Amino acid sequence: MSRIAARFEALAAQGRKALIPYVTAGDPDPDNTVPLMHAMVQAGADIIELGVPFSDPMADGPVIQQACERALKHHVSLRRVLEMVRAFRRDDPDTPVVLMGYLNPVEAMGYETLAAEAAAAGVDGLLTVDLPPEESEDLAACLQGHGVDPIFLLAPTSNEARMDAICRAASGFVYYVSLKGVTGAATLDVDGVARRVEGIRRHTGLPVGVGFGIRDAATAARVSRVADAVVVGSALVQQVAAHVDDPAAGRAAVAALLGEMRQAMDSTD
Amino acid sequence: MSTENQQTPDWGAFPDARGHFGPYGGRFVSETLMEPLLELEAAYRKYLGDADFLAELDRDLAQYVGRPSPLYLAERLSRELGGARIYLKREDLNHTGAHKVNNTIGQALLAKRMGKTRIIAETGAGQHGVATATVAARLGLECVIYMGAEDIQRQSPNVYRMRLLGAEVVPVSSGSRTLKDALNEAMRDWVTHVDDTFYIIGTVAGPHPYPAMVRDFQAVIGREARAQYLEATGQLPDALVACVGGGSNAIGLFHPFLDDAGVAMYGAEAAGEGIDSGHHSAPLCAGRPGVLHGNRTYLMEDADGQITETHSVSAGLDYPGVGPEHAWLKDTGRVQYVPVTDREALEGFHRLTRTEGIIPALESSHAIAQVMKLAPTLGPDQGIIVNLSGRGDKDINTVARMEGIEL
Repeated sequence: MSRIAARFEALAAQGRKALIPYVTAGDPDPDNTVPLMHAMVQAGADIIELGVPFSDPMADGPVIQQACERALKHHVSLRRVLEMVRAFRRDDPDTPVVLMGYLNPVEAMGYETLAAEAAAAGVDGLLTVDLPPEESEDLAACLQGHGVDPIFLLAPTSNEARMDAICRAASGFVYYVSLKGVTGAATLDVDGVARRVEGIRRHTGLPVGVGFGIRDAATAARVSRVADAVVVGSALVQQVAAHVDDPAAGRAAVAALLGEMRQAMDSTD
Repeated sequence: MSTENQQTPDWGAFPDARGHFGPYGGRFVSETLMEPLLELEAAYRKYLGDADFLAELDRDLAQYVGRPSPLYLAERLSRELGGARIYLKREDLNHTGAHKVNNTIGQALLAKRMGKTRIIAETGAGQHGVATATVAARLGLECVIYMGAEDIQRQSPNVYRMRLLGAEVVPVSSGSRTLKDALNEAMRDWVTHVDDTFYIIGTVAGPHPYPAMVRDFQAVIGREARAQYLEATGQLPDALVACVGGGSNAIGLFHPFLDDAGVAMYGAEAAGEGIDSGHHSAPLCAGRPGVLHGNRTYLMEDADGQITETHSVSAGLDYPGVGPEHAWLKDTGRVQYVPVTDREALEGFHRLTRTEGIIPALESSHAIAQVMKLAPTLGPDQGIIVNLSGRGDKDINTVARMEGIEL
């Protein structure tokens, strides 16, 4: 069983939901990433989503755009991100790691090379934001050939036919983008999200994660009542950004916010 | 290097149903934009076969844009270069001063039919922004234009024109602060306001159906030029020349001639300070295939797949990608893409201005520079059509600055 499936199964057995933090690899510098990943696991992360920096992050708001720019100042490439995952795996063999990024760095490396090297480094899933299922056949086949899950997005604009096609292409989990907008956009409508997640469940038995617009513990807790996983990105990256000159303080701030979210999600009231 | 295909493709059959030109094109966007793109494609297919829509488009192109634009025999330039007869397709005489309006009129009419109330666009040199703001003003639509902070500096008259027309011009300070970043920001706006907003892309790039749709709106250039040349000479031209940034004016001229095997085609890419200098905007001459802004095409990128900064004296050509149909036309060998440096373009700018009394845009000056190389290799019984895609008034400050003159 894959690390992602095992993790969701264990959480379900405990009646808990997954907390999935996103940070951009190499932000604010490459040395920060592996310790940050460990700090997030200690604070209650179940799966880590690691952003692969890209020069043109079209689906991201200003917070993650700037994180990409900080990382790219250090030339953090996809290969370097894989080295970070490999380093993380030396001390943490269990926590699933999903890479999230854009297609062009993957194209530059080559699908088969990327799939093989990602699997060898200990990557469990790849979410390519600008790769809808219609264009994904070749990459998905390479990934699955190496046991890496292709993760797909579902959106408020996805109709029934698209939801069905996406759910059939996906493995690991599916990721519902909770609002029309970029990452880090304004607050989301939890009741609307609940209805959409129910709709998605009619198409798949895979766990459903929800992300975009989850900024605080209260929202994380409310979303966790309706979804299997809560993805938090910009709110954490903001903490990294607020401490660019003192990455250790940034890690502590990220861990503190994640800890609040974990506690709120696990509380039974 | 180009490879000649054994069999001539059926050019009219591209793109395929999923928007592919051979291995290029397609639809590489986040899921939120997929359904809106499918809706746009359906509307575009419906209205491009709709007699009422086409009649309204034709009327606007005639009465508002001033079409057909003349095909002008540049006799003095032809004589000076001492070779082929050179005909200029005068897109610079269109309302707003460039070919861009052919497309913005078409897309804005489509937006209106689709019930959208808000228009957004990206712009580099400002020509597409002005053409978009113009049609938005005429149709009474809210209009927001994204423009790189760097380009706002070098094209300030166009920024003021857009504001006069009632558009909001939003400076984009991310990345390299140029056209590619403006496109990113416009995409981000679209994904956020997708219910009421129509995104008018200015070139034959972006996700399907944009490359095909913009081509179809710009193909009026080549249809007119073909008929005008036939009427003037009784034959077809020997060669076509156009500048290529994203490539909309070039595809507009080339497309109606693709099946005419005897017509050679040249796309002039911006070689900036020279291909070897690395400071250029010539993905077809010196890039490699990748995925950016919703389509697979030739890109300027580094070994890691990061998009690299581009350089051209002309803001309208300063873009790291190119329309996917051009990528396909390059690989099939149907069109030759050639580098033209800043310096050569500047020579073209002056040459046309002095010999014909026509000040070309710096973008179009790249095409003129290519004609200066090509015409002397042909005979006086041969003819070239060059797309004079825009007028150069917007560029006089840039040219003066390059020559150390203070205005």
